[in-house]
Amino acid sequence: MGKLLVNDKDIVVPGEIIAEGMDFLPSTGTYRHKDNILADKVGLLSVDGKVLKTIALSGKYLPSRNDTVIGRVIDILMSGWRIDINSAYTAVLPLQEASFDYIQKGADLSKFFALDDYVVGKIIRVTSQNLVDFTMKGPGLRKLYGGRIISVSPTKVPRIIGKQGSMVSMIKDTTGCKITVGQNGLIWIEGEPEQEVITVNTIRKIEREAHKNGLTEEIKSYLDKNKIEIKNKEFKKETKEEKPKEERTKKEDDESQGEQ
Amino acid sequence: MNKDFKNHIEKSLSKNIRIDGRKNDEFRKITVETGIISTAEGSARVTCGDTEVIVGVKLDIGKPYPDKLDEGVLMTGAELYPLSNPEFESGPPREESIEIARVIDRGIRESGTIDVKKLCIEAGEKVWMINVDIAPINMDGNLIDIGALAVMAALKDTKFPELKDGVPDYKKISKKKLPISKLPIEITILKIGDTFLVDPTYSEEKLTDARLTVAILEDDSLCAMQKGGEEPLTQESIMKMIDIAIKKSKELRKFLA
Amino acid sequence: MAYNKRLDGRKFDETREIEAKAGVIKKADGSGYFRIGKTSAYAAVYGPKELFPKSMQDPKTGVLRCNYNMMPFSGAGERVRPGPSRRSKEISMVTKTALLPVVDLTDYPNAVVDVFIELPQTDAGSRCAGICAASIALADAGIRMKDVVTAVSCGIVDKQVVIDLDYAEEAYEGGDVADIPVAMIPSTEEITLLQMDGNISRENLKKALEMVKEPLKKIAEIQRKALKDKYK
Repeated sequence: MGKLLVNDKDIVVPGEIIAEGMDFLPSTGTYRHKDNILADKVGLLSVDGKVLKTIALSGKYLPSRNDTVIGRVIDILMSGWRIDINSAYTAVLPLQEASFDYIQKGADLSKFFALDDYVVGKIIRVTSQNLVDFTMKGPGLRKLYGGRIISVSPTKVPRIIGKQGSMVSMIKDTTGCKITVGQNGLIWIEGEPEQEVITVNTIRKIEREAHKNGLTEEIKSYLDKNKIEIKNKEFKKETKEEKPKEERTKKEDDESQGEQ
Repeated sequence: MNKDFKNHIEKSLSKNIRIDGRKNDEFRKITVETGIISTAEGSARVTCGDTEVIVGVKLDIGKPYPDKLDEGVLMTGAELYPLSNPEFESGPPREESIEIARVIDRGIRESGTIDVKKLCIEAGEKVWMINVDIAPINMDGNLIDIGALAVMAALKDTKFPELKDGVPDYKKISKKKLPISKLPIEITILKIGDTFLVDPTYSEEKLTDARLTVAILEDDSLCAMQKGGEEPLTQESIMKMIDIAIKKSKELRKFLA
Repeated sequence: MAYNKRLDGRKFDETREIEAKAGVIKKADGSGYFRIGKTSAYAAVYGPKELFPKSMQDPKTGVLRCNYNMMPFSGAGERVRPGPSRRSKEISMVTKTALLPVVDLTDYPNAVVDVFIELPQTDAGSRCAGICAASIALADAGIRMKDVVTAVSCGIVDKQVVIDLDYAEEAYEGGDVADIPVAMIPSTEEITLLQMDGNISRENLKKALEMVKEPLKKIAEIQRKALKDKYK
């Protein structure tokens, strides 16, 4: 008779025996060794019937098709740009994916995207060797001006976005900041200086406590305690108009873990 | 560096709000511990925000320099361990780590903090050599100030080993401490745009237009300086930066009490 | 005179006091701290990241690199000269081969994972402490690994089999001493590091390798607890 040794939603670590016997099946983050199922990554255990998998709590970003990410232009190529996407692999933005407008052959590419420009783009292809193609054509995809970029663990991104974007909307509404969250863990923030600080501190708190239950309530009361009045009403208006939905793909919503 | 992003941060700095919400003249939280390394004759760990530095002092007996036959020798080293920051790489010491060690060394040496004549055992033959090594574990900026503070804390913690037939016996540590008469404090002021700030984080250091490190003694006199960064400084700016440094040095010196 | 009581009063199969933590290096992708007695080690993991020069890349898998270094003030005697030595290069290499069997980097072709190990103070057993810290750091970095690698030394002091020798025991002059650093994958009991310094009989070696298993499994539990405590 099989026996589960760890509770659902508990943290498991490499080499830890999660279940004994043949009644359970290993999946992401777990493997079978003889009669036991063990963890092979630090993660939150998720018991789905007989299937034992884990949700990773750390790790670098691995590019995946249809992800919306924030990248930085690090090189200008013959017919495109090389983009750092906060991963072990860089992406290439080919000429034909850079703009809906026609770009003439031999044009000065730095006029479109210069070195050190930050962009919101989408990953359209990943090969088995992790060669990555990138596009700027699509709703919400754009060059970023001003503001600041922070980096969080990409495994915490679903928590920061929240179910249907609820978490990030809550922060936007409270601080009046514009926020764009990339699946690769880079987040762009722009607002009044003191509001940006509150935004960053809130995101850091979510990152630290992403594995805990009741996070939405906790963050709500954190924001209530720390919020300051939005002076520049323009900021607020702008943010309201900008539909957060557009910035995210359906996939992101699906990946959000939601609340307990 | 992206100009747009730099301008955005400069605008915020002009309102006296830094990236992490601090005021321009505000240090991060500092902690100081001493006697943390059992293999060193003196040691300290200083943390300042996410910067953490360990300093170890090893005492040794060696020959004095030919031009200073009755003086002990102080040597300061620093290494930017690749463990402490993703942008540091393995290999021979880089310019930055040599600068850090030399600026800290100057602050201590030129002030006469240690009475080196008292380190002489036999003139021309045997003197105490003080080896100070600065080891950053977590590097999030301001290594000079934090390193210098850790060096002073470690020197104050240092005790001589007993001598057995003229050779140090590291298993027997005496109660005798180093002859320290002064407490220099180093403060680095950064200039970003038109703003002066203290205790920069690593990301703030990347925005540096110019910087000035000043070593300051208890009587507010200066005992070492180093200008860095690619932009020039006016005399007016320099005097302003020194005033901030003198003010801040009093706060930091409290950690050596 | 037989060695029937250890110099520091420990039981023969008892390690020194152990302390372990995860997430101690803020800017690293993963990090660990491991202290056993007066030997302590920090480890930081950076990566997977792009590997240069390209000639070092492996299109089948990510590459693991390890770097072991003693801080200048970490030795009991004279100052350790900074920079790589023959000793530190060899230890870096055996550390890598001790860790490789558990680590799976096949998701990261052409990339590299760097492990930096720094020792602020040592009292024997530094390579084992380094391996323990490194395996906490790798797990903390979210690297796929089938188990933590755990390491401690065993050996013999004047005919007595003991665990976790310190400097005083390594320098014992009353009889033969052998120091055997061992690293093991706890779930399979496979050995991934084995070195020896000294003199030991075949029988005693077998006894030592038997005796070291339980302490190694206890250390693995301490490493795993450190990884969990980060999220408390």
